[in-house]
Amino acid sequence: MSILTILGIIPLVGSVIVGFTPTKDVARAKVIALVFAVATFVVAIVAVVGFDPNSAEPFQYVSQHDWIPALGISFAVGVDGIGLILVFLATLLVPVVIWAGWNDVEDAGEQSPGQTQGNVRGYFALVLVLEAMMIGVFVSLDVVLFYIFFEVILIPVYFMIGRYGTGRRTYAAVKFLVYSLLGGLVMLAALAGLWYVSLENFGGPNMYFPDLLSIDIDPTVQGWLFWGFFIAFAIKAPLWPVHTWLPDAAGSSTPGTATLLIGVLDKIGTFGMLRLCLPLFPEASQQFAPVIIAISVIGIFYGALVAIGQTDMKRMFGYVSISHFGFMTMGIFAFTSVAQTGATFYMLGHGLSTAMLFLVAGYLISRRKSAQVTDFGGVVNVAPVAAGLFLIAGLSALALPGFMTFQAEFLVLVGTFERYAWVAAFSTLAIVLAALYILFMYQRSMTGPTSEGVKGFKDLNLRERWAIAPLVVVLIGLGFYPAPAMNVINPAVERTMDWVGATNPPPAIADVTAESSTSTPDEGSTR
Amino acid sequence: MIEFPEIQWLQLAPVIIVLLAGSIGVLVESFAPRQARRPIQLWLTFGALIASFAFIVITAGSFELVVDGSMAVDGPGLFLQGTIVLVALLSAFLMMEKNLDVAGDAFAPRASAMPGSEEERQFTALGYLQTEIWPLFLISVGGMMLFVSANDLLLLFIALEMLSLPLYILAGMARRRRLLSQEAAMKYFLLGAFSSAFFLYGAALIYGFAGTITYGGIQEAIAGQGSMTPLLIAGMGLLFVGLLFKVAAVPFHNWAPDVYQGSPTPITAFMAAGVKVAAFGAILRVTYVAIGGAAWDWRPVLWIIAGLTFFIGAIVGLAQTDLKRMLAYSSIAHAGFLLLGVTALSTEGLAATMFYLLTYGLSTVGAFGLLTLVRTETGEATSLESWRGLGRTNPWVAAAFALFLFSFAGIPLTAGFIGKFAVFSAAAASGAGWLVVLAVIASAIAAFFYLRVVVVMYFSEPIDSGPKVVVPSWSTKMAVGGGVAVTLVLGIFPQPVLDLAQQASVFVQ
Repeated sequence: MSILTILGIIPLVGSVIVGFTPTKDVARAKVIALVFAVATFVVAIVAVVGFDPNSAEPFQYVSQHDWIPALGISFAVGVDGIGLILVFLATLLVPVVIWAGWNDVEDAGEQSPGQTQGNVRGYFALVLVLEAMMIGVFVSLDVVLFYIFFEVILIPVYFMIGRYGTGRRTYAAVKFLVYSLLGGLVMLAALAGLWYVSLENFGGPNMYFPDLLSIDIDPTVQGWLFWGFFIAFAIKAPLWPVHTWLPDAAGSSTPGTATLLIGVLDKIGTFGMLRLCLPLFPEASQQFAPVIIAISVIGIFYGALVAIGQTDMKRMFGYVSISHFGFMTMGIFAFTSVAQTGATFYMLGHGLSTAMLFLVAGYLISRRKSAQVTDFGGVVNVAPVAAGLFLIAGLSALALPGFMTFQAEFLVLVGTFERYAWVAAFSTLAIVLAALYILFMYQRSMTGPTSEGVKGFKDLNLRERWAIAPLVVVLIGLGFYPAPAMNVINPAVERTMDWVGATNPPPAIADVTAESSTSTPDEGSTR
Repeated sequence: MIEFPEIQWLQLAPVIIVLLAGSIGVLVESFAPRQARRPIQLWLTFGALIASFAFIVITAGSFELVVDGSMAVDGPGLFLQGTIVLVALLSAFLMMEKNLDVAGDAFAPRASAMPGSEEERQFTALGYLQTEIWPLFLISVGGMMLFVSANDLLLLFIALEMLSLPLYILAGMARRRRLLSQEAAMKYFLLGAFSSAFFLYGAALIYGFAGTITYGGIQEAIAGQGSMTPLLIAGMGLLFVGLLFKVAAVPFHNWAPDVYQGSPTPITAFMAAGVKVAAFGAILRVTYVAIGGAAWDWRPVLWIIAGLTFFIGAIVGLAQTDLKRMLAYSSIAHAGFLLLGVTALSTEGLAATMFYLLTYGLSTVGAFGLLTLVRTETGEATSLESWRGLGRTNPWVAAAFALFLFSFAGIPLTAGFIGKFAVFSAAAASGAGWLVVLAVIASAIAAFFYLRVVVVMYFSEPIDSGPKVVVPSWSTKMAVGGGVAVTLVLGIFPQPVLDLAQQASVFVQ
């Protein structure tokens, strides 16, 4: 049994145990959930340490078992560097979310009187189920297995928003599920097409990803299948114009749910593009890349501009993420190894910085019983640690140098510049907007005279501080020394580029590249 | 002198046992004392169904035409007969339930009494239970089993009537809301009679074209004469009217919501699952064996009908506020997906459709079984509103219903997903990729109304004076539990059954 299978089983076992704790004994359920989440993280670290970045094999820890041979579906798992980074992200965030969100359910209950609140142990059981599914998505090597996790994962999130959220949570939960199901079903149609392609090529159905790579699919068919998969991933990620579920979901979730939803779950979209769309449909990916770059740029600016106008913190972070997902897809479809490395690095960085934003904001919201920016003011006077952490989270979201998000954004822009110089140059403007929305919000909510509702604030307690600490450590640690992550990501990205058959732009425009690497830091330093 | 055809008793045993038990049941009604009837009928019914299933297992692997070529005993026939028997078993568990209604079972004590009359009250007070339902039920099951293995048009017609007539009666026998039930029976009967006439007319025209009513003969005639013959086209069209009426495909679907809503719920379950399996079995055999050679003529029509069926089922389903009607529209949508599998015209398509029928049939019985549990004093509470907050008050009922809904919506790790994936893949492989795209859009629309039920059950406050969940006896638990088990097991380990369906996916010609 592969270590990856064990990794998925631990939280699943945990969720069953949590689900059967006595309803009254809330504390025990929480502790058990935390123990299993930490155990999963430890196993994940073992997997990360044992991973050989320089291996010639594209995937490691591979194991393949027959599951439904009649349909060509196998239970196949394995990771490359990209998958490993995301497994790390997921397994790190789950214990953080459980610890930081110790009282999330109770808080959400207070904020939405008159609505049915599910019981506390159910929430933590769902978090662990979600973790198992997330790991499943990132390690699946069979395309149908990937799809199964991709779809099933919706169910725990649906209940986490609908039963444990705040505000218009039912509306948000249904909207989330309907959008995602629509995407998922479109992907199912493409999956059926891919199944037929494999039937034709192998004489029998076979959905094992490494095998599928060897098929040279007809370009027209590629185009159709590409869009089938891409639409699903675009809804998941989410890209403009199929993003509208995200602000609602973010606004109505508990901070923990929002963290996992946007921090990890949405990465499945970008991960899917890198893992499935590009290698399986290389020609279509390159053909449609300009369209997707255009969508990404619109998303970058749309998300940033709308974020400036938001008054609800959680909704605002939703829009910020839409902008950042634009950067990621731009990096993926720029087809340079620098940009793709940047995009992958961005996935990790964005996951961590979003987690920090939502969790720290969650601390504040639970104290104020409101997520409206205008209800805050002068928090820095009464709760300096909370305000300070909020500032750190904000700065990492606007990609200040020193945080790993800076490297990520920088690499994406530089890499994109090599191929689409104007697009990259234009997109740097979004960095200015990022400073605008983050700093405005910080100014309005944290500084100034202490507002009436904020006066009684207690500063963060030890649990709240320590739960956030790992995020700060990784964000800044990899910001100054990104090599460990880069070493893992690079070979995987090179291999993806190789599968796509894309080469970095030839030296003929080397002077342009050289110019870009000198000019972009300048622009970066103006922020 | 008429020569008597040779009878292959062993191969016919599954059908004969069921029909014989039905006939004995009629005698029991005439001669046994009232108190003894129910136990005898129950023993007969369950004994016959189990014995029939045993003989299906014994004859598995048979591949021949029997009774002078008018009946086929082959993989698809036996697989679907087995499915029908299983569906019938689960439905029978629902029909025998006596604990739910304070007055007895789900059926009127005497269907001939005027609704609301003094006579009816007396029978109810006496605690009479109608036991004629059992022979009627068995004869209908026997008809369904014949329907999927009939190999000539005349036997097909006889089977059609055998399965339909008892259902018309059973549909009108609900204990509660008698008028609605009788209206349902009347509608079903009139429309069903019309469709039978169309069917018969179509069969006559095809006979005119081919000079024979056996499928093999029709196939040869099409191969020999080419297919663009008005007689054949008209005949096929009329034949399809009759068959598509039974599966409730658009535009012959309007009876389904009314009939599903009015019938006693155990009968609705049996009808929704059993008739669908049987009618699709017949459609598969007719299209693959008899008129497969004329596919160019009928396939485009069936594509359009499939598309209309899943779209109208999904869209109109959105507007439903009654769970029984909602499940009716859901079953219309599923008929569309199944038609997609039929049009694939390949062994993959056949295996996929059969697998889909098995999973859909058994989970449908389970879902309707759950509908019988939520009640007020006047009977089942099937309006969506009355299920509010069920997730809190009755977590198990809500969880089981949610599972069935997720399966209908095609969420992975349920049997519904595997069925959908198999059918869609087969259809895509047959060149109907565009229709698959439409089908997934319809699935997404349908998912919305399934989700609405989940929202009502889990995200709403329970009503204090609302309907209560009545604790059923073991029999309903068996039916629901069977549905849940199949939905889960075939969602996670579908391989053995898929294998079986694949091995069984060759028609004897």
